[in-house]
Amino acid sequence: MTNLSEQIIADLLLEYTGQELTDSRRWRIGSALSGLFRERGLDNVEQLVVLLSEQRDNVLAKETVDALLNNETYFFRDKPMFDQLENDVLPRIAKQNEKQKRISIWSAGCSTGQEALTLAMMFADQPMRWKGWTIDILATDVSNKAIKAARNARYTQFEIQRGLGVGQMLQHFEETSQGWQPDRAIRDMITFQQHNILEPMVRATRFDLVLCRNVLLYFCADTRRRAFDRLVEAMAPDGWLMLGAGETSVGHTDAFIPARKLPGLYRPFEAAEATEEQEGTNLAAAR
Amino acid sequence: MKKCLIVDDSRVIRKVSRHILESLAFDVSEAENGQEALDACEQSMPDLILLDWNMPVMSGIEFITKLRARNGGDGPKVVFCTTENDVAHIRAAIDAGADEYVMKPFDHETLQIKLQLVGMA
Ligand SMILES: C[S@@+](CC[C@H](N)C(=O)[O-])C[C@H]1O[C@@H](n2cnc3c(N)ncnc32)[C@H](O)[C@@H]1O
Repeated sequence: MTNLSEQIIADLLLEYTGQELTDSRRWRIGSALSGLFRERGLDNVEQLVVLLSEQRDNVLAKETVDALLNNETYFFRDKPMFDQLENDVLPRIAKQNEKQKRISIWSAGCSTGQEALTLAMMFADQPMRWKGWTIDILATDVSNKAIKAARNARYTQFEIQRGLGVGQMLQHFEETSQGWQPDRAIRDMITFQQHNILEPMVRATRFDLVLCRNVLLYFCADTRRRAFDRLVEAMAPDGWLMLGAGETSVGHTDAFIPARKLPGLYRPFEAAEATEEQEGTNLAAAR
Repeated sequence: MKKCLIVDDSRVIRKVSRHILESLAFDVSEAENGQEALDACEQSMPDLILLDWNMPVMSGIEFITKLRARNGGDGPKVVFCTTENDVAHIRAAIDAGADEYVMKPFDHETLQIKLQLVGMA
């Protein structure tokens, strides 16, 4: 395989998503694209590059990019982090938003929807607590294919039991001939939309909570900083950011700082400052 | 070390499951059917039971019903691990007292996360 063709494919991915195909991941190009090769009757990357150069629209380019993206996801991924969300973060957001009785959440880089559905189930599982509240979950991904699958919302046996307990599966999903489908009640909380994290998120309301998990991993330092900037712009000043297990904003951006005593959670810089001050005052008052 | 009993009439499945469970640091024993499993529980109650549905002599559902009725039989976490993949079977298993349900085929990670859900990994 010539490195030039690989480079062209890697550049395409970078241009469309900001994701870098590091040398260690290059060997996967062939296997990642094998489905596309089959569909298009191609034998190798060189032929794909030739075909790409002949296309006038960018359909093939988008399909190529989609095939290269890592869409790995499952329900309640890193469960302790969702427990923490439920026990420590949602109560604070609820307190902040008590008047409006509305919570806006963004699942950025949602893949095939499991993360957004996990959130929706957390609310649905406590109907008394969230009675009268409007829960608004926007779930976005740069991949058209992933968004299509998320909207279609039919999960295979393999997908449905990854991370999801049987009780919640029975309660919130129905078995159909095309797979397991989430109930209306939880589907209705979520809007799926194709969107690149590096583009501004245009929206009337700001998000109280943003999940951006296992997405920023493959960005280079500059791109990652830009992504953090886009995230903070879309958030309420006192909002919360949840990253993936093992990810951090520290050393990558000044826009966020780690939330006190809550691993994996980050707050816009100003909010964090304000909280520190408030806690300081409370402390002083207590003395 | 936590003890796990694998109940399945297929030797291959027992071997595969044993491999996964040993990698999760379980002390594993095996039974070929529900009756053998009941006898094993009589000897010493395991912490976890991985249970197949269709077995000769005594089926999984009969086993768990009898187990749960016994003294101390509510102790072990029971995870059905079976090719019976429709809702009716799954509900029946939960109603009979199963803690989790894994549809075959599954992979190592799926089983591991299911075991975490029942507090066993
Ligand atoms: C590994 S998945 C993680 C899914 C989910 N957040 C989770 O943690 O389980 C990463 C997702 O990020 C998406 N992605 C990659 N670059 C993106 C970008 N620039 N904008 C939006 N989504 C992106 C990929 O298409 C993929 O679906």
